[in-house]
Amino acid sequence: MADATDRGAALQALGEAVRMALPHGTVESLEVERGQELVLRIRREGLIESMLLLRDGGQFAFEQCMDICGTDWPEKPERFEVVYNLLSLSLNQRIRVIVSTDAATPIPSVAAIWPTATWYEREAWDMYGIVFAGQTDLRRLLTDYGFEGHPLRKDFPLTGYVEVRYDEERKQVVYEPVKLTQDFRNFDFLSPWEGMTTLPGDEKVHMNRIEAPKPAGEAAKGTAP
Amino acid sequence: MSGDHAMTRPAGPVVSDLDPDAVVAAAAADEPVRTIEVDSHTINFGPQHPAAHGVLRLILEMKGEVVERADPHIGLLHRGTEKLIEYKTYLQALPYMDRLDYVSPMCMEHSFALAVERLLRVEDQVPERARVIRTMFAELTRILNHLLNVTTYALDCGAITPSLWGFEQREHLLEFYEAAGGSHYHVNYFRPGGVAKDIPASLEDRIAGWCRQFPKFLEDLEGLLSGNRIFKQRTVDIGVMTAEQAMEWGFSGPCIRASGVPWDLRKAQPYEIYADLDFDIPVGRHGDCYDRYLIRIWEMRQSLRIVEQCLARLKPGPVKIPDNKITPPKRAEMKRSMESLIHHFKLYTEGYHVPAGATYTVTEAPKGEFGVYMVADGTNRPYRCKIRAPGYAHLQAMEALSKGHMLADAVAIIGSLDIVFGEIDR
Repeated sequence: MADATDRGAALQALGEAVRMALPHGTVESLEVERGQELVLRIRREGLIESMLLLRDGGQFAFEQCMDICGTDWPEKPERFEVVYNLLSLSLNQRIRVIVSTDAATPIPSVAAIWPTATWYEREAWDMYGIVFAGQTDLRRLLTDYGFEGHPLRKDFPLTGYVEVRYDEERKQVVYEPVKLTQDFRNFDFLSPWEGMTTLPGDEKVHMNRIEAPKPAGEAAKGTAP
Repeated sequence: MSGDHAMTRPAGPVVSDLDPDAVVAAAAADEPVRTIEVDSHTINFGPQHPAAHGVLRLILEMKGEVVERADPHIGLLHRGTEKLIEYKTYLQALPYMDRLDYVSPMCMEHSFALAVERLLRVEDQVPERARVIRTMFAELTRILNHLLNVTTYALDCGAITPSLWGFEQREHLLEFYEAAGGSHYHVNYFRPGGVAKDIPASLEDRIAGWCRQFPKFLEDLEGLLSGNRIFKQRTVDIGVMTAEQAMEWGFSGPCIRASGVPWDLRKAQPYEIYADLDFDIPVGRHGDCYDRYLIRIWEMRQSLRIVEQCLARLKPGPVKIPDNKITPPKRAEMKRSMESLIHHFKLYTEGYHVPAGATYTVTEAPKGEFGVYMVADGTNRPYRCKIRAPGYAHLQAMEALSKGHMLADAVAIIGSLDIVFGEIDR
């Protein structure tokens, strides 16, 4: 267990070093998640500068950009987050850098720093519609040719909007609106006993009740449609 | 036209029969003009091509027979795994992982199971026997994967026999899969909190027996390929990646080790019981297709060592966390205990709630760093599950690797990268 706390402290120190090396205010927040993973939130204006520092700074040496992905938080003012997972081979450490944006504001591209970023940025554009400034090859990557919309957004339905089939008469593949032979079933298995605070006529139960774990109950209320 | 030709002279080690200098010299000498066809043209490689290892569509811009540009079009096998996972409970999402890299299914489950365990904060509670079984099957899976890659790679380069021999060995390994998880490929065996069920009693002996005959097979396989003149002509000095290039292109696994970077997550950031095991990391020097092949051959030997050590470490004991909020109760208990019945019902309908948080959990899959970036929001479903597939980064470097090489070399390069579209397209 002492080993784990040492590791957390070392990551915290690494994060502080990054914060000190960057201009004031570039690092918005710094967190060591579960004492294992260092997470930095960075202002998007300072992204390129931060990434160059993380790659070239001798005490950081994050030579590899292992993954870039988007996440969607529709209720936040800036709904998209772009998550960069960096890896240092020489110092054997990882860091996660997060910047946020909305659908209209571009994020500076890091493809000039790591060429591998191109596909990850194309994917983030494809899936979320996040725009990367300075990325010259912002084509769709994983979806169909001529696809419309950004499927990993939370407001995009799981079934999508179109389906394809081969039309025997026209001798070609045709796109049609999705027709579901059975309604899309989204079971809400979240327990009503945790989500519901007071049952009618059952007010007295709360006096003897052991508190349920808070986040589960709240989240249950939030996601239940 | 001749000037243009000199500008775009191929950079690779290819000697074209159409020497640009000769063309320039010919034009300068003002001799009777000989028209030579030097138009660059575009070839559509795939999406249905046996050497494309799946549904790769590669747009190749050619100058004669030399590749000028390579533009991979991927996504033809895109099934929306990440979107689907957002609509499933953690347990329901696990089978999707099998279908990513379908030649090494258990290694895909491994990252997912570890990520969920981390978010549940139970990674220290997984019983020893479950860890040993998982490590053993992860290594059997590595052999399974490398056997397929090496032998089909030989097939791409014109040798048929290795695949005939190799698939026999693979069949044995898949039978072990079936004995453990009930299926040849989509086993759904590694679960958050342990493994689905204990391995049958006879399986240890069967694996041990297989281990005894495998070195002989590897020798035979190497005898067919490693010194083979044709095979070496097709692979040595083809698709060279320097260590710096490999890093900036996000390489991992055998591909980065072939470039001379001694990096393996099993050693550098050990998970499961790898820290206690004795094995070596083979590292290449040239970063060409031949080195990538050799690394895989040597990795199979090391994996075999690990499997043998795991067999020696297998002690009777539980194979999953006893907490029935995460792992299902025993069937026999459900007949007698109401609580077990409720646990079982809740687990397979609602599933468990994972505390809010995020993790990027990686394992050394046979193809490289396989990562799962998972965001939990406290409900019973992942809020976001991004799958970081090693092949995705490798395939992207296709243009850098194949520029200036012949068309046939492009096939050799694709094979050496170990591309599987299940994980790339997701």
